[in-house]
Amino acid sequence: MSDILLISILSGAVLSGTPLLYATLSEMLSERTGVINLGLEGIMLIGAVVGFVTTVKTGNHALGIIAAAFAGALFNMIFAFMVITRKANQLASGLALMFCGVGLSALIGAPFIGSRIEGLGAIAIPLLSDIPFLGRVFFNYDILVYLAIPTAVVIWWFLFKTRWGLSLRAVGENPTAAYAAGKNPYLLQYQVLFIAGLLGGIAGAHLSLALAHTWAEWMTAGRGFFAVALVIFAKWHPLRAIAGALLFGGAISLQLQMQAQGVPVSSFLLDMLPYVLSLVVLALWGGARRSAVPGSLGRVFQGTE
Amino acid sequence: MDKGLGIKGMFRHKWVAAIIRFCGLMGIAMAVFALVLLIFGQNPLRAYADIFKATLGTAYGFSEVLVKMIPLVLTALAVAIPSRIWLINVGGEGQLFIGALFATWGALQFNGLSIWLLLPLISFLGFLGGGLWALISGFLRIKGWASETISTLLMNYVAILLVSFFVFGPWKDPESANYPQSAPFPDAAILPTFFGSRVHLGAVLAIAGLLLFYFVMSRTRWGLEMRAMGINQEGARRTGIPTYRYILLLMFIGGGMAGLAGMGEVSAIHGQLRPSLSPGLGYTGFLISWITMGSPLGIIAAAFLISIITAGGDILQMTHRIPAAAIHILMSLVLFVVLARSTGKRGKR
Amino acid sequence: MNPSPFLSFRGITKSFPAVLANDCIDLDIYGGEIHALLGENGAGKSTLMKILYGFYRADAGEIIVNGEPVNIRSPKDARRYRIGMVFQDFILIPALTVAENIALFLPDLPFVLDSDSIIKRIEELSERYSLRVNPGAPVWQLSVGERQKVELLKLLLADTKILILDEPTRSLAPHETAGLFQVLANLRRDGYAVTVITHKMKEVLEYADRITVMRRGKIAGTLPVAEATESRLVSLMFGKAVAESPKTRGEATFEEGMLLLELRGVRTQPEGSGMGIKDINLTVRSGEIVGIAGVSGNGQRELGDVVLGMERCQRGKKFIKGEDATHWSVARIRSSGTAFIPEDPLGMAAFPWLSIQENMAMADTSRYARYGGLSMDWGTVRSDLQASLKRLGFTIPPVYVPLGILSGGNIQRMILAREMAHDPRLIVAFYPTRGLDVQSAVAAREVFLNSRDRGAGILFISEDLDELFALSDRLIVMLRGEIVASGKPREFTMQEIGYLMTGSRAEGGQNG
Repeated sequence: MSDILLISILSGAVLSGTPLLYATLSEMLSERTGVINLGLEGIMLIGAVVGFVTTVKTGNHALGIIAAAFAGALFNMIFAFMVITRKANQLASGLALMFCGVGLSALIGAPFIGSRIEGLGAIAIPLLSDIPFLGRVFFNYDILVYLAIPTAVVIWWFLFKTRWGLSLRAVGENPTAAYAAGKNPYLLQYQVLFIAGLLGGIAGAHLSLALAHTWAEWMTAGRGFFAVALVIFAKWHPLRAIAGALLFGGAISLQLQMQAQGVPVSSFLLDMLPYVLSLVVLALWGGARRSAVPGSLGRVFQGTE
Repeated sequence: MDKGLGIKGMFRHKWVAAIIRFCGLMGIAMAVFALVLLIFGQNPLRAYADIFKATLGTAYGFSEVLVKMIPLVLTALAVAIPSRIWLINVGGEGQLFIGALFATWGALQFNGLSIWLLLPLISFLGFLGGGLWALISGFLRIKGWASETISTLLMNYVAILLVSFFVFGPWKDPESANYPQSAPFPDAAILPTFFGSRVHLGAVLAIAGLLLFYFVMSRTRWGLEMRAMGINQEGARRTGIPTYRYILLLMFIGGGMAGLAGMGEVSAIHGQLRPSLSPGLGYTGFLISWITMGSPLGIIAAAFLISIITAGGDILQMTHRIPAAAIHILMSLVLFVVLARSTGKRGKR
Repeated sequence: MNPSPFLSFRGITKSFPAVLANDCIDLDIYGGEIHALLGENGAGKSTLMKILYGFYRADAGEIIVNGEPVNIRSPKDARRYRIGMVFQDFILIPALTVAENIALFLPDLPFVLDSDSIIKRIEELSERYSLRVNPGAPVWQLSVGERQKVELLKLLLADTKILILDEPTRSLAPHETAGLFQVLANLRRDGYAVTVITHKMKEVLEYADRITVMRRGKIAGTLPVAEATESRLVSLMFGKAVAESPKTRGEATFEEGMLLLELRGVRTQPEGSGMGIKDINLTVRSGEIVGIAGVSGNGQRELGDVVLGMERCQRGKKFIKGEDATHWSVARIRSSGTAFIPEDPLGMAAFPWLSIQENMAMADTSRYARYGGLSMDWGTVRSDLQASLKRLGFTIPPVYVPLGILSGGNIQRMILAREMAHDPRLIVAFYPTRGLDVQSAVAAREVFLNSRDRGAGILFISEDLDELFALSDRLIVMLRGEIVASGKPREFTMQEIGYLMTGSRAEGGQNG
């Protein structure tokens, strides 16, 4: 394999892995508070379309990203209201949110189909990007790529080193216990779902602004569900999510390169790998004495009385 | 006697109240969607009128609604049946694809058979395919390795990719230039349709499935055992009910129902296997089952409603030039208001 | 003793559907005192304390702290008034460590957690009150006694002054109980107000300063311990003096009855936090009650599950009526005449949303199935149920209503009636009188004795030594999944059994 090919696979892995990482962190935060969100696909679509439309209108990528993040967060508040306040079933509400996102993004994006924008600018890090080979792989990306890993680290720090993170994990394990300890599970879940919405929106924005430079209906193509798989693969740990996103991003990128090179391996079988791998991982850990699955995942906290 | 009348009166009252409540919920959903349409510069009254005319206004439109209902009833059953013992099957979509895959294999492999042999065969294969696919999750569940919720969800994607693999690869019809699709089905593998419409034999399968489901659950020993399991799994095991066997069985039957839906779509609607087989039929079925708590009549009613709405998508695209997908907003709004109404507590079914 | 109370209840009333749990309760709680709230199950003790802790809201009445009425709407409010509660089922989070569980509870921690200082604070306090635990251990690894210590540490570190303990000795071994009493005494010395909710009369007389008895949602009376005697407390708890002691019974007459159950060298795989059983040899003959004594969690559940076929024998063999039943399914074991009365009937045997007759049919669905299962013979179900209830002397409820609307005691009666309906030969009964009121408990014991006299063999698992001594023909003591002693009840004293249960002394009548 030539260096060029290797570079394009590796940088492709980083680029494809970035939206995956944001999406995975979003889903992971939700699940850490006991809320499984199958609507992530919809949130990402909203993020993608709002980011794109804002950028087309203003020509400002930064505004596009911010708008996408807040659109994702607000959109996720519908889901939060359903599952927290109305105590509706999480799976059903999530799927409904996904459909809502598909419809709404199609409606918003329709007039903009076919528009193109300039991609989110790559920022070459001075000096480092000049390193032969490595510089190209690691130090010549857009801002969202650079921020992805720090975001994961910050989330890890919040989860495991702060009082807020401890409360949040407690809510995910056992909301009644957290309530008894004087925490407000509802409030915490709302906070977390808002942040998860921000991250989901950013994940979508990276797809439309940095990767595709355009808008197409349902352009997330299942990446939201992919993130659900990745959360399992990462065992609900933000730092492992970095490795997982890079690995799965690498699989996507390798597959694209192989197609381009005409290597006779079916891309579809390769695409299955992440799902199968997550399932195997889940089964292996599920059989273990204690699994990492948050204790109250998917359950509805009914409060007391 | 007095008491009997009282109870009857109460029932009538309850039904009326339920219908009024339902209309209220629908009204909210439709009002919100009307607002969305207004924001995007459409006339909501005309949009609703167009949808109504094109679906319930003509015999053809009505028959098309029924056509759309068939896979939805079957995929809803795919969720409702296992849900009776608290198995949450999110994998209707994948099971539908695998059912279609198996049926396609049968149709293309045994294309010389007569219609009397081939139709039962592909129906059986469709059922088998969906059933086996779901059985994997059932197996993971009873081994305690993975919850069926997550495993069925993940396997949806594997199933869709598997179908893509076949139609882009080994089964690709050489006749169709660049379209990823299988060779067309032989005539003997096309489900017959009724009254010159596209309503096909799958409708009979769907209704038979619903009736059988209702009868088994309410009248039989197995229904009693399953209801008991649904209420208290631990208690059921301790009273000697073979819970693992039921888990496997109901996953298989549920998956089989979704497989039948896939068989129906591929045989009667598409006539060949395509990767664009289902626009989320499995997920929609999940939602239908959930908002109706798996009640047979409720499934019919909800599937009817959702079919009208989704049929409305194409109409809006044609008459109002907004993307067909936009109708998903109305569908999700209906789902939201219904889901928000129930408090998520189950048990009183 | 402080002249003014830390806290007072005034006219607290709380009703649940169909139950008046608290009826105009007035109560004072003082610092430097151990106050016992004594009463039967369902007397309203826990409800009262949950109101105090903000889990429930009172319908009427007020809580007064330092002379001012306060409004406690959540545990958070309760903690602001320095009230803390140790629940019956500990509300610790198993996946988190001891230190994390405690940190979760502390209100004054900075946003960024400093785990070293938290651990240091925990260690200091555990030293002072002899509450030793490892702060770094995840909670799921801890024993019940250790978890209780964590709960107490949590409250003490959170600067709680008013401590409420709900049935704290329920699953403690005797020496652990003694340890707990010592801890409580230390707390009293330091001025804490300790309130213990309990139904164990004897213990109360040991540790409490003041005893308040509750009955049917009302205060039946308050006594300083010096004035309290068992008989006075009993009459306060139950209204009139109840002839409670179970019928003492003669020696077993079925010494050489038919061998109903035999376990030979049975061992199971330990699972989760439970422990497996190791090399158990055990027989139950027709016409005898074999009592299993042991602190819960020492393999009794696994033993019962092995007999029922719920759990597989990793090694060893199981015989039922002489046949090798090692690999029989639960259904086959039950249809061979085995009844199972679990420790928690609502959770482990009842189907609350099914009607009473459907619950009855669940005892043996194949018996009532007609046309190969296509329909059920409800007439026979009803007549069997009525016959069984009549035999037990219970009243017959309407059979079409869901079981779940009955009270806990009635559900337990229903399960008992169902399990005893077909005259079982072998009965496995777990704590069958726990949670029953005194009268029902007497009736239940009666049922077992009668059934034994008709030739059934009973494996009777209980923590209540009085009950075990009164009923058993043979006693077996389990510790850490093993049988550590067996023999006739008269060969042991209660003290000896207590030591054997806790492994403090390894001697005893070893003639099993």
